[in-house]
Amino acid sequence: MNQTLKKLSEDQWQGRDELEVLTFEIAGETFALEAFIVQEILDLLPETSVPGAKAFVGAVINFRGKVIPLADIRLAFGMEATKPTIDSRIIVIEIEIDGEPVLAGIRTDKVNEVTTLLQSASEPPPSVGMRWRPDFINCLVKRGSEFIILPNLQVIFSAKHEHASAATPHG
Amino acid sequence: MSFPDPIAVFRTEAAELLEQIEAGLLDLNVNLGDKDQVDAVFRGLHTLKGSGAMFGFEALAAFTHHCETAFDRVRKGEVPATHALVTAVLEAKDHMRALVETPAGDHEAMSEALLANLRRAVDGSGDPAAAPAFAGPSQTLFKLRFSLPQNAMANGTNPLPLLDELRDLGTCRIVADRSSIPALDELVPTDLHIAWDVELLTSEPRSAIDDVFIFVMDDMELSVEEIAVAAQAPVVAAPARPATPAVAVETIASAPVTAAAAPASGDGKSAKANENVRVPAERLDELMDRVGELVIAQSRLSQLAGGSGDLTLRAVSEDVERLSGELRDTMMVLRMVPVTHLFSRFRRLVHDLANETGKRIELVTEGETTEVDKSVIERLADPLVHLVRNSCDHGLETADERLASGKTEAGHIHLSARQQAGEVIITIKDDGRGINKDRVRAKAEASGLIAANASLTDQELYQLIFQPGFSTASEVTNLSGRGVGMDVVKRTIDALRGTINVVSRPGEGSEISLAIPLTLAIIDGLLVRVGNGRYVIPLSAVEECLELSVEEDMRSRGRSFISLRDSLVPFLRLRDLFRTGTKPDQFQKVVVISTGSERVGLVVDQIIGDHQTVIKGMSKLHHDVATFSGATILGDGDVALILDVGHLVAEGQQQEAHLRAAG
Repeated sequence: MNQTLKKLSEDQWQGRDELEVLTFEIAGETFALEAFIVQEILDLLPETSVPGAKAFVGAVINFRGKVIPLADIRLAFGMEATKPTIDSRIIVIEIEIDGEPVLAGIRTDKVNEVTTLLQSASEPPPSVGMRWRPDFINCLVKRGSEFIILPNLQVIFSAKHEHASAATPHG
Repeated sequence: MSFPDPIAVFRTEAAELLEQIEAGLLDLNVNLGDKDQVDAVFRGLHTLKGSGAMFGFEALAAFTHHCETAFDRVRKGEVPATHALVTAVLEAKDHMRALVETPAGDHEAMSEALLANLRRAVDGSGDPAAAPAFAGPSQTLFKLRFSLPQNAMANGTNPLPLLDELRDLGTCRIVADRSSIPALDELVPTDLHIAWDVELLTSEPRSAIDDVFIFVMDDMELSVEEIAVAAQAPVVAAPARPATPAVAVETIASAPVTAAAAPASGDGKSAKANENVRVPAERLDELMDRVGELVIAQSRLSQLAGGSGDLTLRAVSEDVERLSGELRDTMMVLRMVPVTHLFSRFRRLVHDLANETGKRIELVTEGETTEVDKSVIERLADPLVHLVRNSCDHGLETADERLASGKTEAGHIHLSARQQAGEVIITIKDDGRGINKDRVRAKAEASGLIAANASLTDQELYQLIFQPGFSTASEVTNLSGRGVGMDVVKRTIDALRGTINVVSRPGEGSEISLAIPLTLAIIDGLLVRVGNGRYVIPLSAVEECLELSVEEDMRSRGRSFISLRDSLVPFLRLRDLFRTGTKPDQFQKVVVISTGSERVGLVVDQIIGDHQTVIKGMSKLHHDVATFSGATILGDGDVALILDVGHLVAEGQQQEAHLRAAG
């Protein structure tokens, strides 16, 4: 298992020494996504819930005339929902799923900054001592006293989530 | 912005040219004396050869050259146009398509065979009566003045071959206008400073001159004056000659006839040349999205303006509202294309089918100008091919059978399109033997589709032919009868939210009508509210709306039926299905919808009203949610989901089965 995880985290870097990322906070943890997949950062928008959808993508928003799903990575990491604050933002990203570009919004508590992470400070996710699914994480990067989590969105978006939405008729 | 691959651009262009050539050939086949079509085909071949050579499709250019030569001879009246020639060139055209698509393939043998065929068709014909219009060339004096842009030579244009080509057209006097050549120390040797005055006495039409300049036409300045028509020819020859009255400053002798005949064909052509702007479909979609955003922003503006007392602001907001409304309408129209494109391919199909089956088939098309959304057109092509094949193969009898039953020898297929209340109706009608109801019934019973002696209306019976694996043809031919095809028709039309109607009279023929919504981008919807969410129900599925009486509401804890004019209609509570978790409104409403044969009531909290719904697809991340076919953006910017009625009912049934099993 450690072998595959090691490989995954190497994939993220693809031989590069540095990554340019956007960092943001969800439920007190700092996450980072590669800056090039970020399309836009939005204030919170009115959401329309989609009955029957996975809770993880339980709503859609109107992103400049396009209807895009709003993902809540909190649910993927089993974190408590936090109340929206003045700092809450939606990060709109474009990622490839099964070879097709997909736009999605990610709900965050706060968007920090665009910064550069060093490969030398990165570590694969530890196999013990972590309550999250290890395949949801590409790697952890140490910066100062804290860790920045680089989530693996491809896996998160295509994974089957056990906790389906309360709105699912079969639920 | 990235530049498109030039080879891909050429392929698109070539495909269009080949289509034009085919259309021209088929027209010519109907009326062999039609000189305009000969010219059109020749021009098409000429352009194809030229651009083929330019983009490195050498084999294509060489092959096309021979066809062009053959047509040139027809054009000059040296050989007549014959059916044999048209067929030979049609086959050659198919080969050109192969040459365009796979230029590296091994095409030599095929090319040789087709060219031999072509030569036979050109030389071996002894049918002088076929081309009376080409006899007796008359000569016209043209006065030309043309100049090329200064950088023409740097861009690879050489004026000398152009002059040579003009000389080939007839007697020519060329004078160079050197007045704009600068002094020697200012002269850039790669620039072009010379203009030319040409007097050309030729038997060729004006269009031949245009052909010479066909590749430089866009940038150059060209004026052509038709000075005189030397009347050496009988008047018969004149009507077919496309002169351009706009530049005909002086006309004598037979010219009046020319001028009178020309506008119809001339104008038609120029309109055709102007109407094509090639835009990738995705750019239209992008534009559509932007317009959608604008409409939404505008409705927020109107709300703000309505709330303020500022009259100027209100006036501006009303202007914006009107403009964005118009813009949206224009946008819708942009996506509409006439069905001509779709219909034109059937002429070839029927031509080939007639050859294959040995039947004589005449195709009549009607309403080609009817416009339909582009994406609908593309998806209609397959089903129509199946239907037309089916009519040709099963519907129409052989010539002998037709004569025996007192019909004309040639079978007729009538393909028509018309608009009717937001739908386009496409009808395929044949005057063949009609659908044999007894055989359909026997076959359906044998394959277990219906119970023996089940009572069915004619319409229900006819609809059976669209079931998968159903074919009444006793023998499988190359064309149809394998039982695949008709179910494809049904599936595609269903997906387009259309309906199929079949009418058939034994011995007289059958008529299949497809009714399809004009556009996939917009539907009429009924906007309803369930809990806090708003949803759109496609209006085409809605039968009626009524209030759920309190008694019915109370009683329905045990059973979910309402009685509607003496029939029981089951209903689903959308609030339960969507688990809204809010308190129901006091007076619940029922929207009765029909899905195929079933009627189902949907209980909602509030019926908001009609809504013109611009459909947005659901994201890939929501592909597991079958209850919704898409989403739309409301006037206030919120998103409303569009119900997929068929799936919704299925989901409701499952849920109830679940509840019964649990309780």
